[in-house]
Amino acid sequence: MGSIELKGVRKSFGAVNIINGVDLKIEDGEFAVFVGPSGCGKSTLLRLIAGLEDLTSGAVLINGLDVSDVGPAQRGLAMVFQSYALYPHMSVRNNIAFALKMAKQPPAIIEQKVQKAAGILNLSDYLDRKPRQLSGGQRQRVAIGRAIVREPKAFLFDEPLSNLDAALRVQMRVEIGELHNALKTTMIYVTHDQVEAMTMANKIVVLDKGSVMQVGSPLELYNRPNGLFVAGFIGSPKMNLIRGEVAARRGATTIGIRPEHADISTTAGEWQASVRVAEHLGSDTFLHAESDVVGPLTIRLAGEAPIAPGDRIFVTPRPAHVHRFGEDGRRMA
Amino acid sequence: MARRQSMSRRLGVTALAWAVGLLIFFPILWTFLTSFKTELDAFAYPPKFLFFHWTLENYVEVQDRSNYLLFAYNSIVLSIGANVIGLVIAVPAAWSMAFAPTVVPERALTRRLYIVILAAIAVAAVLLWLVGDARSDWRVYGPVAAVATLPIIYWIMTRRTTDVMMWMLSTKMMPGVGVLVPIFLWFRDLHLLDSRFGIGLMLLLMNLPLLIWMLYTYFKEIPVDILEAARMDGASLMNEIIHVLTPMAVPGIASTMLLAVILSWNEAFWTLNLTTHDAAPLTAFIASYSAPEGLFWAKLSAASTLAIAPILVLGWFSQKQLVRGLTFGAVK
Repeated sequence: MGSIELKGVRKSFGAVNIINGVDLKIEDGEFAVFVGPSGCGKSTLLRLIAGLEDLTSGAVLINGLDVSDVGPAQRGLAMVFQSYALYPHMSVRNNIAFALKMAKQPPAIIEQKVQKAAGILNLSDYLDRKPRQLSGGQRQRVAIGRAIVREPKAFLFDEPLSNLDAALRVQMRVEIGELHNALKTTMIYVTHDQVEAMTMANKIVVLDKGSVMQVGSPLELYNRPNGLFVAGFIGSPKMNLIRGEVAARRGATTIGIRPEHADISTTAGEWQASVRVAEHLGSDTFLHAESDVVGPLTIRLAGEAPIAPGDRIFVTPRPAHVHRFGEDGRRMA
Repeated sequence: MARRQSMSRRLGVTALAWAVGLLIFFPILWTFLTSFKTELDAFAYPPKFLFFHWTLENYVEVQDRSNYLLFAYNSIVLSIGANVIGLVIAVPAAWSMAFAPTVVPERALTRRLYIVILAAIAVAAVLLWLVGDARSDWRVYGPVAAVATLPIIYWIMTRRTTDVMMWMLSTKMMPGVGVLVPIFLWFRDLHLLDSRFGIGLMLLLMNLPLLIWMLYTYFKEIPVDILEAARMDGASLMNEIIHVLTPMAVPGIASTMLLAVILSWNEAFWTLNLTTHDAAPLTAFIASYSAPEGLFWAKLSAASTLAIAPILVLGWFSQKQLVRGLTFGAVK
């Protein structure tokens, strides 16, 4: 069990600043997700917590203790890598047991713990195989198994699902969520996929260009993004961001309306638009429309809607769901 | 892709390949055959190829005149011993170059400076202790030399890894004879002439750049994630190198080792100049048959055959490993 705290964490490689002063507290038992576009520094931040990179300045605290100068081996954290990073010359059993052997645990205890982890992860039949004889999903499970046998203070996941196909990714997402519910250990999970972030996290940390943009629960970020970056990054399809006279009339520089927060009519409404593309998914219909007043708009309708490209529609945003942003890009009260 | 080739062309290429192969192999074959001739047949003109009086007397005489087993023992001990120790140094060195290359070490600079100063003092002390009162001028030159190297070592330790690697490679560019006299004098004053320790040290230092360079290229092929995973699993640096890196690099290490052993086995410049009897390997054994009292072709050939046979057999059995090692990393 562990809480993790970052204080003024900075990291630069030569003259390039990767992390520009991050202050963050992750409580014991939380599932925190670092999310952001590629190159935002989220993986570097995770590696700083792991101890695989040295801090340029600032401090990392685990359970209130400063571990900034402690090596990765002594921090008591476990990490699951994007590439799985299994030991190719060891059987699954030895891969999982490696950390316990390094900790000089007695063989009987090691075997017992390996069996237990293999049971949880459905790997019991594969213990004597080498990693190259396993499928992608099984390798991922071995990587997780290697992490859980250690009973770490926290788990660190570095984009663990990005090498899996879509169906397996959804399944593993659920399994990792269940694992968190069962173990109740702190987890930090890095992803560029905001759907993974929204579905798994208690706490999302949105990063951009090495700085924390916003920290909050998934719905806080969805309902009250504090700035244009988070507004545009969280939510799929992306929020419509409209500038100009329409925004000025509402006393803002930019206004944001989520695709699902607008009503459609064929007869009357606030903005007239013509549909360019209509995507019928069955459960939803996505309309990509061009308005003369506000420019391009994305609209999401629940269920099926009998709308085809070229149709003229009227779009009316729901007033309660209009986000207003000021000159500096920040949210207005 | 399979290309169509005419029968005559294929025959021509095959014949050419055999011809070139035989041409290269011929001296070894000739040495081998000569070793079974009498001294008279050995320089008979026109040369006798296969039809001569076959005899084993050269082998008997060679064994009578000098102790082949002592030389062979020295060759084995020197070429394997020097390179095993070399490997123990080269694996961590190559690890640090491949996985922890030096990058702008501002914070570590002062710490390194202290290490270098301590090392220089230690070197000076060891030199004094070794030389003792044999040569009084060493008491001055030894510490001066050690301190003079201080800025050089400091420069090396604060340079980027690539510079250090180029520096190591550059040591292979100077012909050995260029430093023969100073090294000979050092060896004389430190009582290392004709000692296994001395010549072993020489072979070790000669091969170290090669060992590190080859291992470095093999290690570069290993994904750093796996080593980081070991670190996260609580492995110390030593355990990471022994239990994770080394087993994954076994093919590379094996072929590096093999090449280094072959080079040491055949090394003739330093072994001939720095040894006479006690520490002399098979190269000196061969050379002793081109003695001032005349050339004995047949005995020289017998000695050569005895000297190269072990390494030839080793090379033959490990050719697969050797070729795999040399092309390792070219294909995934």
